[in-house]
Amino acid sequence: MPNQTTALITGSNLTCIRGDRILFEQLNFQINAGDIVQVEGPNGSGKTSLLRILCGLTAPFEGEVLFKQNLIGDNRELFHQNLLYIGHLPGVKGEMAAQENLEFNLSLHGLDAAQAEQTLSEVNLFGFEDSLASHLSAGQHRRISLARLFSSKSPVWILDEPFTAIDKNGVKRLEKLFSEHAQRGGCVILTTHQDLALPSDLVKKISLDYCIF
Amino acid sequence: MMFEANLSYRAVFVLVVKRDLTIALRHRDDIFNPLLFFIIVVTLFPLGVGPESTTLTRIAPGIIWVAALLSTLLSLDRLFKSDHMDGSLEQMLLSPQPVFILVLAKVFAHWLITGLPLILVAPLLAVLLHMNELSYGALILTLLIGTPVLSLLGAVGVALTVGIKKGGVLLSLLVLPLFIPVLIFATSAIDTAAMNLPYSGQLAIIASLLFGSLTLAPFAIGAALKVSTN
Repeated sequence: MPNQTTALITGSNLTCIRGDRILFEQLNFQINAGDIVQVEGPNGSGKTSLLRILCGLTAPFEGEVLFKQNLIGDNRELFHQNLLYIGHLPGVKGEMAAQENLEFNLSLHGLDAAQAEQTLSEVNLFGFEDSLASHLSAGQHRRISLARLFSSKSPVWILDEPFTAIDKNGVKRLEKLFSEHAQRGGCVILTTHQDLALPSDLVKKISLDYCIF
Repeated sequence: MMFEANLSYRAVFVLVVKRDLTIALRHRDDIFNPLLFFIIVVTLFPLGVGPESTTLTRIAPGIIWVAALLSTLLSLDRLFKSDHMDGSLEQMLLSPQPVFILVLAKVFAHWLITGLPLILVAPLLAVLLHMNELSYGALILTLLIGTPVLSLLGAVGVALTVGIKKGGVLLSLLVLPLFIPVLIFATSAIDTAAMNLPYSGQLAIIASLLFGSLTLAPFAIGAALKVSTN
């Protein structure tokens, strides 16, 4: 039995139905501080749905998600302060410069916007601070949104396909960041089709499969 | 490991308004298209009904207000659509800030971009329509307290239809009926002013609509956005 006090996110009896199809049913798991959890499964098996349920964007058909033993809806602001979610879409405005985008995102999440410039150089966007995001590539958009990870103080990271459009060095840098974050006592929940280069004892897996009835 | 972020409500409000204004100023069609639409609709009427000043004076308040409704409707689409398309709406909903404040800030920015220019250009159009000079004050006042109501009520409709690919027609069907009370009392105030009678009653009703929607609409908008991003 895992230690109750280190449980960050608990999913109990989660069921997700899209259209007439049951994507997953009676899913139970507990994610502790220090875990890196990779959600895997073929396309359409409900990975993104699971992540959206975990961060409260989508309501599950059945079951509940707990953050530190409390329902995530009970104290929305506390949960959101401790959550960092980056979905399929980067959430970057083309009309704003790279640095303005990051500054807004940092301030919105209660972080110090002054670190934006330094954080951008962490994700290899040094020299692009003042370029409008609409002039940057898809990978650079993703880097702008991932830059928040470098200054985040939230323990729960939920990342949907974080490596899409990121080059090899960027992936390595992110993997290192994930293991550092786990060692600091955070947890990372991510989906990816790539194999993580992290030691396999660090990474736990949730496998979703098609269920046919 | 637990993290507490505290940003005052006013700071959040200013942050979001600034961001939306920056985006609008770099994307000027958002400001000029609804304004030009407003001007063109109003100038079409003298061409359609003839230039006799008595007819125009009679229908001027209605023309200006209906054109204001339509131009607000045209601009509403931008309010949440682009944020929904690029994922920044999700990020806002998942931020530790109250949805009420975020939504209120977005609607306020929308009003600054689309409502305020209408108010500035309306007196000029009133001249073109031979509006009774006694009604100018009433026109400005009704627009000043009426257009924020349009933005707030319209935002509820946009929030509901933001997830739908072609929500434009549905949006107008949802929202235009809600605009009717504002239209009735605003034009009635302007007509009353033309007869040199007090119109504070009508203004009070529009003001009560404003405060009612100011306090209630953000909750509805927040709930509708949650449904739309589900």
